[in-house]
Amino acid sequence: MSSSEINKNEVDIVIGALNADLTQFLNSWRPFFSGFHLIIVKDPELKDDLNIPEGFDVDVYSKPDIEKVVGAANAAMFSGYSCRYFGYLVSKKKYIVSIDDDCVPAKDPKGVLVDAVSQHVTNLENPATPLFFNTLYDPYCEGADFVRGYPFSLRSGVPCAASCGLWLNLADLDAPTQALKTEQRNTSYVDAVMTVPLKAMLPISGINIAFNRELVGPALVPALRIAGEGKVRWETLEDVWCGMCLKHISDHLGYGVKTGLPYVWRNERGDAVESLRKKWEGMKLMEKSVPFFEALKLPESAVNVEDCVVELAKAVKEQLGSDDPAFTQAADAMVKWVQLWNSVNSSG
Amino acid sequence: MVEPANTVGIPLNHAALLKDELDIVIPTIRNLDFLEMWRPFLQPYHLIIVQDGDPSKTIAVPEGFDYELYNRNDINRILGPKASCISFKDSACRCFGYMVSKKKYIFTIDDDCFVAKDPSGKAVNALEQHIKNLLCPSSPLFFNTLYDPYREGADFVRGYPFSLREGVSTAVSHGLWLNIPDYDAPTQLVKPKERNTRYVDAVMTIPKGTLFPMCGMNLAFDRELIGPAMYFGLMGDGQPIGRYDDMWAGWCVKVICDHLGLGVKTGLPYIYHSKASNPFVNLKKEYKGIFWQEDIIPFFQSAKLSKEAVTVQQCYIELSKMVKEKLSAIDPYFDKLADAMVTWIEAWDELNPATKA
Repeated sequence: MSSSEINKNEVDIVIGALNADLTQFLNSWRPFFSGFHLIIVKDPELKDDLNIPEGFDVDVYSKPDIEKVVGAANAAMFSGYSCRYFGYLVSKKKYIVSIDDDCVPAKDPKGVLVDAVSQHVTNLENPATPLFFNTLYDPYCEGADFVRGYPFSLRSGVPCAASCGLWLNLADLDAPTQALKTEQRNTSYVDAVMTVPLKAMLPISGINIAFNRELVGPALVPALRIAGEGKVRWETLEDVWCGMCLKHISDHLGYGVKTGLPYVWRNERGDAVESLRKKWEGMKLMEKSVPFFEALKLPESAVNVEDCVVELAKAVKEQLGSDDPAFTQAADAMVKWVQLWNSVNSSG
Repeated sequence: MVEPANTVGIPLNHAALLKDELDIVIPTIRNLDFLEMWRPFLQPYHLIIVQDGDPSKTIAVPEGFDYELYNRNDINRILGPKASCISFKDSACRCFGYMVSKKKYIFTIDDDCFVAKDPSGKAVNALEQHIKNLLCPSSPLFFNTLYDPYREGADFVRGYPFSLREGVSTAVSHGLWLNIPDYDAPTQLVKPKERNTRYVDAVMTIPKGTLFPMCGMNLAFDRELIGPAMYFGLMGDGQPIGRYDDMWAGWCVKVICDHLGLGVKTGLPYIYHSKASNPFVNLKKEYKGIFWQEDIIPFFQSAKLSKEAVTVQQCYIELSKMVKEKLSAIDPYFDKLADAMVTWIEAWDELNPATKA
């Protein structure tokens, strides 16, 4: 689906600004962002003014705007990488595409710049197939189909809730891994989109993601904050937690999550070894999260996204709360998030 | 347009990985000319040729290959009455080759599969890739978004639990095909000209609890880990169904692998599939399967093996009982199939006494 076929009015591009100077970032994305509405949310902890080049249709939100909408007490929910969730909250569009501000367009193996926005929207507009694995990956793309042995009743698929893209150059590895393999860069361009099967858990990265806001907006929860969370992805887990919740809720409601194309090129930033020095809480929290999500069953009565988030928060508090205060805080944040979502979107 | 590789001039690899531990099983009714193209990659290995159809026909094997060949007379002689579980006039007969092999690993390939080219134009050594896949762990318990984390240049992504990074043993390596894709008959009829030209440079583990359509054209497995589950069912002559042999094996294998904590990989390597079978013939063979699979899939999706089933054979026998109980209502064929599954295990254990429990 080319850029011309996409209804740009249905898309908001939400950027969390953790860096003040967005000139290089936005200029590099200009060919693919032009014609779209942008929401830029400035990390409330960022002191400098944002530098945004001309020619974009953009709304910028910073700390005072955030406080005005959610109240000063709740503004902390949107600090650091979580600032982008404020953009999800106030958007009025069907689809959101969100890319970290240290990423630029990647080139495909033919040397052509990848239109990540178009690819994400295409992924979201086509069905997902979580109930049975297609060995030729995305059956709806040009030149492919369902293979022999794929049940016909499952070929219409289910709505796609999220599109998780990937990264060339600096892949989204954790600090210990990148510190161990300092020179490792991802050069492998895997030309596929696929649906992550039902019940399969995965670590969803917030670096390059898109989702159907109308379908699952409230499920993207800015909730888990690790102690000493920093301004590099190596020092966060908020997107991974959010992704575990999103996948579980999608599975429960019969939606699909895709992974694969598009790629973005992630610039060098930060120091993995430096990040490693901070005692990395994320590891422990993930170990506890996995068995929790594996065993979790949302009640049949949870039939909409908001109910699912609330039920999930309850379960987190009950089963994980005593393990680590970060979980209790996450559960509280999830409940608060749903309240904010409902109040902002009913008045909006 | 995608072309097969030209392998003329590629030197024979005398240090071929696992050459004394792997058998290549090839079912055929025509000839094995295609092996000429595979020579640099496959000659170091022992072949087990299962000749289907008329046993009086002589199959010419290219010079230099070390092989054993079994035709229908041999199968009947070796298995006696148990030969009833081996299909006739269908490539499903290949599983006889798995049973008589004495090696740890099996690679099976169809006789219309040529060597593929990767995007750089280099000939793909499919067997070498299968071996790499089998020798390194799988990761079925948590999906890695960068696919196979053990591959050169890849790793586990942020958020992947450390306790799951050792992975589990890999039982199956399922390869793919460029050129003629493995479509069912209805799709072939609607898209007769579609060719798979997309080279997806990835190997991945199919998550636990997820079923998939396993194609037998380009497949490798650890015979010691999962061999007895690789029964390709009752197909072909005298049977109401065809082209579901590998599918059936794949569903059984995946349920058992999930139960026993083994991994199944899919993706690389590619082979070049040269021949499109006749879609009208295929439709007749698949016809019942298209309806039956609607019931078969939920059956396998909900199949739960008992804690007491700890060997592949025990799992398989349990599965055969469930097939008899739950699928016979669809068609008496499943009753026969359930019996054949038991016969297969009995034959397997007879021919392979050392691998029992």
